[in-house]
Formats: sequence, structure tokens, C-alpha cells
Amino acid sequence: MELLERQEVWNITYHHALGETASWFYTRIRDEAAIYGRRCSKTGRVLVPPRSFSDETLLPTTDWVKVGPGGRIEAFTMVYEKFNNLPDPPYAFGYVLLDGADTALGGYFKGIDLTDPQAAAAKLKIGTRVVATFAPERKGEMLDFWFELAAYNCVHEVAEG
Amino acid sequence: MSGDRVGIIGIGQSEFCSRRDDASYPELVREGVVRAMQDANLDFDAIEAVVYSLSPDAMIGIGNAERLGVDAVGGRNKPFLRINNGGATGISAVAAAYYHVASGMFDVVLTAGADKIGECGDSQTILNKIWDPSYERPLPLGTINMLAMSAVRYMQRYGMTEEDMARVTVKNRRHASLNPKAHLRRIVSIEDVLASRLISWPIKLMDCCPQSSGGAAMVLASEKFIRGNHLDAVWITGVGHSAETYWMGDRMGNNPTAEHADAYALGRSFEKSYRMAGVTDPARQVHVAELYAPFSNTEFHSIDAARLVSRPGESVARLRDGEFDIGGKIPVNPSGGTLCTNAIAVTAMARVAEVALQVWGRAGEHQVEGARLGIASGNGGDHQIFGTMVIEA
Repeated sequence: MELLERQEVWNITYHHALGETASWFYTRIRDEAAIYGRRCSKTGRVLVPPRSFSDETLLPTTDWVKVGPGGRIEAFTMVYEKFNNLPDPPYAFGYVLLDGADTALGGYFKGIDLTDPQAAAAKLKIGTRVVATFAPERKGEMLDFWFELAAYNCVHEVAEG
Repeated sequence: MSGDRVGIIGIGQSEFCSRRDDASYPELVREGVVRAMQDANLDFDAIEAVVYSLSPDAMIGIGNAERLGVDAVGGRNKPFLRINNGGATGISAVAAAYYHVASGMFDVVLTAGADKIGECGDSQTILNKIWDPSYERPLPLGTINMLAMSAVRYMQRYGMTEEDMARVTVKNRRHASLNPKAHLRRIVSIEDVLASRLISWPIKLMDCCPQSSGGAAMVLASEKFIRGNHLDAVWITGVGHSAETYWMGDRMGNNPTAEHADAYALGRSFEKSYRMAGVTDPARQVHVAELYAPFSNTEFHSIDAARLVSRPGESVARLRDGEFDIGGKIPVNPSGGTLCTNAIAVTAMARVAEVALQVWGRAGEHQVEGARLGIASGNGGDHQIFGTMVIEA
């Protein structure tokens, strides 16, 4: 028999309040081009992105700590598939442990040739040094910054041939 | 054994596939339910309570779709509870049904659900929404790239290669070819997997689970009811759950509690279910495993977490040796597993159902010879909430 279907589209607009901690974090990114984490008073661990409480000690975090802009890659992937409502491929993104932080922060990796996936994966290897780079015009959001390979790595690659 | 165990007395599953244009959502729920009720040989009147297995509503595009499910499960005038633990939903629903019976409040409980992910076709858009709107939502996160990053860390720590990942798919597709309920049943080679479209490095199309549609249901009962009615059953002897931090970036960096390469909380969950079941040496005592692994690489850290090998990372070499094949030392995912069938709301229930069928000796062509003790797992959220079970004949 003939089986029918009907199309439905969900298009819902939310206005999410970011709260005090994330608002402070984003205003510093916007106004100072700087990334801050929050320190746990008990363990001293610096949580980035900043949180008002530690999920380990369950205590409030107590002070702001400036981290980065240098750091090392902790995880990465390069995406080659188009997904609805997500950016056009290819793109590379992942997580970076910024200097002075104890947890890793997500962001795009830019300035990497993604034509050859294996070559790109070698360039983004875990442990590779990167630098958080800020857009000249910033809105106070995650996409105001991204990660680029640190100059040190470039020298290293030349040395390796 | 004492007389207060909880048994499985009925199992029903659809033949899973991309789309079921012949059935609405509640009709698909009913399909699994009718099969489970026939398997248990019970009337609906015997069911005292229902636990409803339903993960994110947006996958089927119906808000609070458990409302539609009430009629499909015969839930009128009965206690009715929805469970949603993301990918772990199905095993969490069976666990909740277990708690209903183990508490002594109910003798016979039905758990059921269905999914129609093939109708969505946009699952990564929905799964991107599981990240918090404050910090991580602007990134293109999804379950595929999240677990690609786990793969990258697992490669670095334990030397897994893309070919090792492909071997998982090859094994599971071979198993699925023997299982008429499985969605992807075509046998593939390592070369096929490696040549398939690159999605999120190192994950390729054939390293990924499909978007499946189908229903599943199980009937659980008290030992008293089972003995009193002379019913056949297999027994849930271990139940565990364990959760881990939301923050993926906290599973790396300096001294993380839960390393993102591994499945830390899954390991803790298995510890709990093994302790309850009295399993002290899983590598020797477990005969069969159905482990929730939606991407090829994640089967390795699941095997590690279940301690079917002596140390993390050893699963890679053991899989290469064929130890986890049907006919091997401990067959893993003899049904083909999540990699071959993923109707998210009931995928982790299917892990329990398949292990139950194995220890019952009713798995058909993918039966593992002599299986008497098996384990099942489910993973939910951003690799964050895990459920495990031990099932015995």
C-alpha cells in the first residue's frame, strides 16, 4: 500500500542567561583578550572554562587566574563531513591545556592545511604547543579566540625536515 | 541461591532498520511489547508496573513521547515511569524495572520503548544540543567528534591504529550477519572500512553505528512469581551504575580522575555489578559480553573497563588475535552490537536482552556455545553516565 509521511521542523529560539561566572569570563575575553580560570581553594586546581564550584571537592572556587595564551594540545579531530546546522567542513578543533590551567579548553585549530588528513593529524599531535589567538573585533564569546600552532613547533618541524 | 532474585521471563525485539514507514512510533513500541508478552506467555493483566525507555525526545520529534507510549504498553491504571539516561537509557530502564521487583513492591514489571532515528536524519544537530549553552555549544561538538577525540587519546596511550579500529567493525558485521534483528548485516573487510568516507578523523563511516528504527521490551519478575508459575527465566545477578563529570576537558590535562581515552565510570560501574554478582575474575568467569560501543574505537575501552583483559589497551592485541569473535575466548557483541544497530532509546536494553538470550541458549545462529554468565553495558550523555549488568542462567 502507499505509505505517507509529513514533514515537521522545530525552530525554537532561546535566550540563555550565562550567569555571573561565564559573564565575567567572556567580558575579559572581549575587553582584555585574555582567558581566565577559577581556582579551587582546597586542591588549587585551576578550572578552565571557569566554574563557580569544583565538581571534585564540591566547594565554591575562590579566585580568578589568568591562563595561557600558550598551551598544549590534549585532543583534536578534523571533521570532513557536513552536518545540518553545523559548520561547513573541513575544520579542526579540540582541547588545549593552557599554561597555568589544570583542565583543557575547547576551541578551533586554525592555520592548518586539512587537505591531507594524515599530515594534519601529525601536525595536531597530542602535546603540540599552540597559542590562543584572539580576533581583533571581539563580541565576548567562545568564537572570539582559536588556537594556532606555536612558532616553536614550526621551527621544530623544519629541523625534522 | 536465595529465593529473592529477579528474573527475565520475556524478551521482544524488532528487526531493526533505517525506517519503518509501515508503523507509527507507538505502533513500533507495541511491536516489541507484543513479542515480549508472547515470549513470557502472560496477559497484560499480569503486568503490575511499566518502566518506559525513552532517550531525548528530539530524536523522534515528539515532546514527552512517553505519553503516546502509555497505550502501547498497556499502561492505563498502572504505575508508569519514564527513564532517560541518553545512550544508557535502555539498561537504566531495565535496572529501574529490576529495582521495582527487588524492592518487593511488584512481582511482574514490563520495560519497553522504541526509536525512529531514521526519521530524524539530523541526529548530530540534536546531539550538539547536549553541550552547555554557556561555554561549549558554540563549538561543533557531537557524539562522533567527541569519541574521535577519545580515539586520538587512546591511540597515543595504547598504540591503537586505524586498522585496529577497522577490525572491530569487521568482527561485529560478521556477527551481525548471523543476527536477523541487526540493522547493518553486510560483511565488510578491513580495506572496506579504511576506504569508507572520512567523517571525523580517525573515525570513518564504517567505524560508525547506523541511525536505526525499532522497538524492544522485556518482562522482569520476582523469583517467587517465577517459581510459583513454573516459568523459565534467566537471572539478573549484578546491577551497577556510575556517572562521571560533565566536562570533557576535565578528562584530560593535569591528573584527570577519568581519562577521556578510557571509560573510567564504566569501569566503576562494572566493579559494582561484579561485586554484587560475586564475579572476582571477569576474564575467566564471563562467557559473553554485549558492550555498548557506537563507534569501533570505543569497543576497546569498554573491554578494558569490563576487565576482560588484564590491563587497559591490551584489548587491541587480544581483538587482533580473535579472542572476542564468536568461537573465541570471550565473544564480545555476538549480536553485532551497537555498531550494527542503534535505535538509541532501546539500544542498551538490546544489550541486556541479547546477553539474556545468550545465557538462556536462545540466541539462534549467533549463539555462543556454553554461555552461562554474561555482561551488558550502556553509555549515556557525553560518555558520562554508565549502566552495567551481570546476567546468569
